Amino acid sequence: MNDGSPPDPTPLGRKLLMELHVNGETQEVAFLPHETLLEVLRERMDLPGTKHGCELGECGACAVLVDGRPELSCLRLAIECGDAEVTTVEGLIRDGQLDPIQEAFADLGGAQCGYCTPGILVTARALLDENPSPDRDEIAEALSGNLCRCTGYLQIFESVEEAARVGAASSATGEVTS
Amino acid sequence: MSKPEPKKVITHHDKDPDELRVIGRPRRRVDGRAKVTGQTVFADDMKLPRMVHAKIVRSPHPHAAIRSIDVTAALQAPGVLLVLTGADMPIPYGILPVSQDEHPLCPDVARFVGDPVAAVIAETEEAADAAMPLVAIEWEPLTTVASAEEALSTPEPRIHEYGDDGNVHKRIALQFGDVEESLGKSVHVFEDVFFYEGNTHLPIEQHATLAARDGDGKLVVWSSTQTPHYLHRALAKALDFPAHQVRVIATPNGGGFGGKSDPFNHEVVAAKAALVLDRPVKICLTREEVFYCHRGRHPVKMRFRTGTDADGNITAMDLETLLDGGAYGSYGVASTFYTGALQTVTYEIPRYRFRACRTFTNKPPCGPKRGHGTVQPRFGQEVQLDKIAVAVGKNPADLRLQQLCKPDTLTANYLTVGTIGLRQCIDAVVDGSSFRDRWQKLPEGRGLGIACSSYLCGAGLPIYWNAMPHSGVQLRLDRMGAVTAFCGATEIGQGSDDVLAACVAEVLGIAADDIHIRTGATDTTPIDLGSYSSRVTLMMGNAAIEAAERAKTLLVGAAARKLGIPPSRIALADRRVFDVEDPEKVGMSFRDACCAAEAEHGTLGTVGSYAPPRSPARFKGGGVGPSPTYSYSAAVVEVEVDPVTGWLHVPKIWIAHDVGRSLNPVLVRGQVEGSVYMGLGEAIMEEQVFRRLPAKMSNAAVHKFPSMLEYKSPTSLDMPEIVTYVIEDPDPKGPFGAKEVGQGPLLPIMPAVANAVFDAVGVRIDETPITAEKIARALDLRDKGKDARVGPKAFPSIDWPEGLEVPPPWEGGDGRATNDPKAKHYRAPEERGQEMMSDAARQKATAAQRASQSKSGRVSKEVRS
Repeated sequence: MNDGSPPDPTPLGRKLLMELHVNGETQEVAFLPHETLLEVLRERMDLPGTKHGCELGECGACAVLVDGRPELSCLRLAIECGDAEVTTVEGLIRDGQLDPIQEAFADLGGAQCGYCTPGILVTARALLDENPSPDRDEIAEALSGNLCRCTGYLQIFESVEEAARVGAASSATGEVTS
Repeated sequence: MSKPEPKKVITHHDKDPDELRVIGRPRRRVDGRAKVTGQTVFADDMKLPRMVHAKIVRSPHPHAAIRSIDVTAALQAPGVLLVLTGADMPIPYGILPVSQDEHPLCPDVARFVGDPVAAVIAETEEAADAAMPLVAIEWEPLTTVASAEEALSTPEPRIHEYGDDGNVHKRIALQFGDVEESLGKSVHVFEDVFFYEGNTHLPIEQHATLAARDGDGKLVVWSSTQTPHYLHRALAKALDFPAHQVRVIATPNGGGFGGKSDPFNHEVVAAKAALVLDRPVKICLTREEVFYCHRGRHPVKMRFRTGTDADGNITAMDLETLLDGGAYGSYGVASTFYTGALQTVTYEIPRYRFRACRTFTNKPPCGPKRGHGTVQPRFGQEVQLDKIAVAVGKNPADLRLQQLCKPDTLTANYLTVGTIGLRQCIDAVVDGSSFRDRWQKLPEGRGLGIACSSYLCGAGLPIYWNAMPHSGVQLRLDRMGAVTAFCGATEIGQGSDDVLAACVAEVLGIAADDIHIRTGATDTTPIDLGSYSSRVTLMMGNAAIEAAERAKTLLVGAAARKLGIPPSRIALADRRVFDVEDPEKVGMSFRDACCAAEAEHGTLGTVGSYAPPRSPARFKGGGVGPSPTYSYSAAVVEVEVDPVTGWLHVPKIWIAHDVGRSLNPVLVRGQVEGSVYMGLGEAIMEEQVFRRLPAKMSNAAVHKFPSMLEYKSPTSLDMPEIVTYVIEDPDPKGPFGAKEVGQGPLLPIMPAVANAVFDAVGVRIDETPITAEKIARALDLRDKGKDARVGPKAFPSIDWPEGLEVPPPWEGGDGRATNDPKAKHYRAPEERGQEMMSDAARQKATAAQRASQSKSGRVSKEVRS
């Protein structure tokens, strides 16, 4: 039903039905026109991996990838995302294998309480997709919109660096990691 | 009837690191996979069939009487199912037995902007939201008290009807030896006033709770709480519901830092609504509401009067603290004691006086934040030591090294110090930063500062008096070789699940991630008091070792009989149970050993528990401060300061922490660096501050910026390079020798920053946060030839009660107050008669006792004279 043109005007307070493309799957979802992508992912699509810390665009916990770019899902209306490919933390696992970035965060202390982690993981994934071997400053810059209260960020930086190393090693051997 | 002997605690602190297969080896934490896949289920991630939503209507006034509440219109709004008000839950509660001063919803008076007044429960969160403005409340604004000083000068109207008097919640006065006498004889007396601004935890997860009635009618509450057992008690009380029919499940916390340690009004409200509606009720706070929950760092003003000899050795310390407690008690009485409890466990202080006062103000309640109550006076003490070093011409590292507490001694206020790795900590950061070569020698605008600290490894007493264990662990083993560990401890990100798994796995010779971990559920797990006061590693760890040792005994016995060898030859490692004399050939799998044991003993289960040793302190107030042992930290901070604008940059921090033994080095480093991060935030930017509205708008105190954007906390771009040194000196009290690591390393950061700023540009910032604006102001004062210092000018005059007099151990004291008429062992001076030692005899006893305690034989100046 979604051909890229704006959906028919729907009265506020009435749900609309729309296809969303999330983590490589297309789902038909009913939601109110003013619902954010964050709300729709968590409450309408059973994808609670994406978190919220402020719902005002301040903390970065709700970051998801929209067409490969990190965006704050609390500031994005789901109704705008019909044509987009959305990736959440649940979509980082491929064929039952954790993304190297997930492995690195789990092994190296990149996740403590784990609450900011989904937003940081997808943001870091986008960084590595664009820049496979970022330096420390580039990592810090890329993650500067994601607040973490547990780690002091250093083990997060190291986890991203480790994922970059693993990514470089596997692309050298011809494997596809993401 | 004689008391039973305290049981022997097996800690395995003396194990050689090479013998250990799990402990001390860097590992993925057992909950690591769930946290990176989004599978960790936080409270707001939960959904139940027929679930409805609650929202809380909060006071817009900082202090106001509720004349009336009319809920009629709200009840008629679309989707609304229930509106609750204070009248529905009249029973007060609170975390401490001495301050049961909170209601789930205020019945008659609101005491701060954000105090809960009514709750709307509706089919959707939006419907509840829409109905909130329809709750009609008639208010009568009352005079607002906005600061601790105002609370002292504004006794009426009282914010609470209980407390010492007026708006003073609690005054404390304790004296350990004649401090004035010592100060009078001291070569130097340093007097300094400091102010530590309040700040908040800012966990990224907003508090959330889901409450429901089980199929059998029991109440079940899932909540982002650090203290499910205390929440359980509060729910049973506030709802007048049978405690044994309540179960509380602490969901993994998305950050706690002390901010989820109180039982909260929204938790009681959700539970009440679930009982009334017989439907699951969820509430998730907004970020603004999290700022109103607060329970964060108390703003504290403090005065230190410290006497020293010519070399800068402390002869006596007189500390006064004034706390701005906010609107409720929370942990405040404990916080107040903590502002003076731990001054003595770092450096030798022969005589000590501590007086503290907590006030009520019309602001969100303060409580425990990482370092609970000890952070503020640590800032003052360590900055003052820096001033002392400069005054007596010593390197501040040496000044500290020359008067460190001695291991295995009692302090003046009867705290039992165990192992002390502080010397190694100081050496590590001093060498790492080349402190001796660079302090006072860097060019203008660059500087180094040093500071140290100590922290508890668990509070010696629970928050309510009882003689039961502080932590319990239960193990279940079965014929599949499966081991499940149950404990009431709460995973708040610090890695408590991993500690539990590691301790059990090490003893049973299996891998940490072989174990099923079940924690924080009051129906299935033995009670643990919660994730606060850095107690979990030590207390749960020791309970886990005991349970695992008992399980090991069952496995070893059964395996020995099966193998036909004596049990003494059996060892467990690498998922095998085998003969140490022929490990390869004689043995069986761990699973087969479980089968043998289950065949022999029936269903396999063991328990272990832990209670801290009894403190020698026998005076009223001596219950706050004791801990099985203390951790130690030292930090050197390097700063760059623009000598014109005051712009402050922290490029590098060296931190050393005495952890006893690292159970999992990955997590230990994470806790150290996370503490440094949070300390740096408090040092240079974080502040929970309020402003007064103009008089025509009620003159009320409102939160200046209850949002994450404006409450500044460090981002990834603000982090300096951190060099971490983990000092391992296994402590006999800790599991495998481990001490705490989650809080201690925060403490030295703020004073080290302040001291570094002085080294860089010669100005003293005697308050937090240390901002460019304050540095610029101090530089301006310096340039005008005035006192180059920004900080409070004076400490207010407080009407202190006559203090309890407790002679230190080396002055013949036995831990009791000599003048407490309320104490059951009190004897009036005339009854004590000749037992009263003459001054001369006391001095002699002092000298002897201190000499015997002190390995170096160094004694205080007065005793020598």
